[in-house]
Amino acid sequence: MDLLRRDNEKGFSWKGFFLQWEWMLILIFLLVTAINSYLSPYYLNYDNLRDATMTFLDKAFIVLPMVLIIILADIDISVASTVALSAVVMADLYAMGVPMEVAILICLAVGALCGFINGWLIVRFKELSAVIVTLATMIIYRGIAYMMLEDQAVGQFPEWFKFLGWGYVFGIPFILIAFVVCAIAFALLLHKTTFGRRIYAIGNNPTASRFSGVQVDRIKIIVFTLAGLMAAVTALFLTSRMGSTRPNVATGYELDVIAMVVLGGISTAGGKGRMIGAVIAVFLIGYLRYGLGLINIPAQALLIIIGLLLIGAVMVPKLKIRGSGWRKAKPADAPVKRAL
Amino acid sequence: MTQKDRNSSTWSAKIARFREAGLLGFILVLSVIVQFRNPSFLTIENISDMVTNTAILSILAVGMMLVIVTRGIDLSIGATLALSGMIAAQTVVANPELHPVLAILLGTCIGLICGMVLGWLVARFGILPIIASLGMMNVFRGLTFMVSDGKWVSAHQMPASFKAIATSSLLGINTLIMIAIIIYVVSYYFINHTRTGRQIYAVGSNPDSAQISGINNGRILWLVYSIMGGLSGLSGVLWVSKFASAQGDTAMGYELSVIAACVLGGVSIAGGSGKISGVILGSILLGILNNALPLINVSPFWQMGIQGGIILIAVLINAVVKRGVDRNHLMRRNV
Repeated sequence: MDLLRRDNEKGFSWKGFFLQWEWMLILIFLLVTAINSYLSPYYLNYDNLRDATMTFLDKAFIVLPMVLIIILADIDISVASTVALSAVVMADLYAMGVPMEVAILICLAVGALCGFINGWLIVRFKELSAVIVTLATMIIYRGIAYMMLEDQAVGQFPEWFKFLGWGYVFGIPFILIAFVVCAIAFALLLHKTTFGRRIYAIGNNPTASRFSGVQVDRIKIIVFTLAGLMAAVTALFLTSRMGSTRPNVATGYELDVIAMVVLGGISTAGGKGRMIGAVIAVFLIGYLRYGLGLINIPAQALLIIIGLLLIGAVMVPKLKIRGSGWRKAKPADAPVKRAL
Repeated sequence: MTQKDRNSSTWSAKIARFREAGLLGFILVLSVIVQFRNPSFLTIENISDMVTNTAILSILAVGMMLVIVTRGIDLSIGATLALSGMIAAQTVVANPELHPVLAILLGTCIGLICGMVLGWLVARFGILPIIASLGMMNVFRGLTFMVSDGKWVSAHQMPASFKAIATSSLLGINTLIMIAIIIYVVSYYFINHTRTGRQIYAVGSNPDSAQISGINNGRILWLVYSIMGGLSGLSGVLWVSKFASAQGDTAMGYELSVIAACVLGGVSIAGGSGKISGVILGSILLGILNNALPLINVSPFWQMGIQGGIILIAVLINAVVKRGVDRNHLMRRNV
């Protein structure tokens, strides 16, 4: 709705352009950078920045499909467990003597399968919200990972596998290049294809979309499968960086990912938001974490900051701000209406 | 309308009506099977151990039921529990003369404040409960670590009077169980026989008509999350007293068990329905599972997967049963 109105009625206005949430994010990003480099002389150092980027980008791959899921007005909290399960399956297979290339393919397949199961359950049992389905599968996937490896860690992957997490191409981290390529692909998918337009349509009004001939179920299953696939990609990069894997790997990633998406201006009510916002939010949270780590802020304080950022990001659009193009506040009973 | 349709719908309607009986039957069958595999299962000691373990879970499940009835969810209770348990433990360590009842009150108040903040975010700003509670879970967990400075409060630091909360008995019944029973009775009265209690169900089953009938939806939501917070605070003190240790990661992920107990007990995630009796039976079933699996030599690493599987199956059965009930209603309207 909002998008259409912006296109048709208002036309292009500089004020509207600069009052977008993404500019706000860039402003916060610059602020964070300024404060960080003021507080620590080591912040603005190319090598440090490059290495920091490599450490936080692994989970960023899940952010991309999560944007699609939240625009669909759904949520997936099983992604971290999917990461753990696909990483454990890959490591277990490799330890049993399966060639690494095959193990990687199976890892991706397991991730996609996990996502497909989520999507299928959500579509098949429409009474159930995505929250409860993915909550159950979150426990199951992690549970299967524990069944397979118990409390052991598996490692000793071939030397070339390290390249994924540690390698450079022309001095640029490989993981950064991979992320940028994926981000562009997802942005094109969301903003330049009919598939993407249909995702917005479903997020705005699933019933109307279904009656207009959009295959809601199929699109939902595809999007959730994509989320599983990207979780497996995260599993590859994470395992490569850590050199080994355990069943309790990636705990709490779902929270980080959802925080990044929501901070990126994607509305949890569905149908609104853009890929670029989430990508900026990935770097914003990543560099915030790196900067706070440099000045010895304990990890526990970071937990609080991320939690408050998440709450703040969803709260700001709901506050009424006069004379701006920001989204209007919703009535107090909105959460009841839209359930989970 | 074929005969087959009619049969299947009455079948699911029957299940819906006798859900508690079915759950009870399942619990009995499970107990008998486990008893055959390991005769030490149905001994007085093991049963009392199991029931005290279930007491905390069921207290939380009662609160969670109210939240789920309003179509919400609260993922922050594990963190609230840890925070209030930690602060209560530190207070009694600093003042060993403090009466245990005051420690319980302190924990409950801290939990209440946590719940009020969450309820305020959900009711006033309309933030989705899952997002708000996910964020507050981080905040409360971080606060717990900061308050404790990463240290544990261990058994030998705590005064005996505090540890006695969980071991002493009141009128011949273990205090934990007594507190749980009081909470069941009070909440049963509250949700079935007071106006506010009925309003919770009204908001959950149809928020729009509740609003039109003059119910203040925001106030009800806020109340529900505050109750949940208060109960988590209370459970925090009981937890710390029972296990005689307070750690930063106390009860991490416990919210999932609590939600599982509600779902097993037939609380509908779509809101508007759920009974105290069901929730208690759901908690007991989970408690038995947790207790029985190690007794029949199931690896502890399998428990998570088994629990997840049971939750999923329960959720799916709920959905199918609800489908049948809805169809039944439609058919009745047809005639």
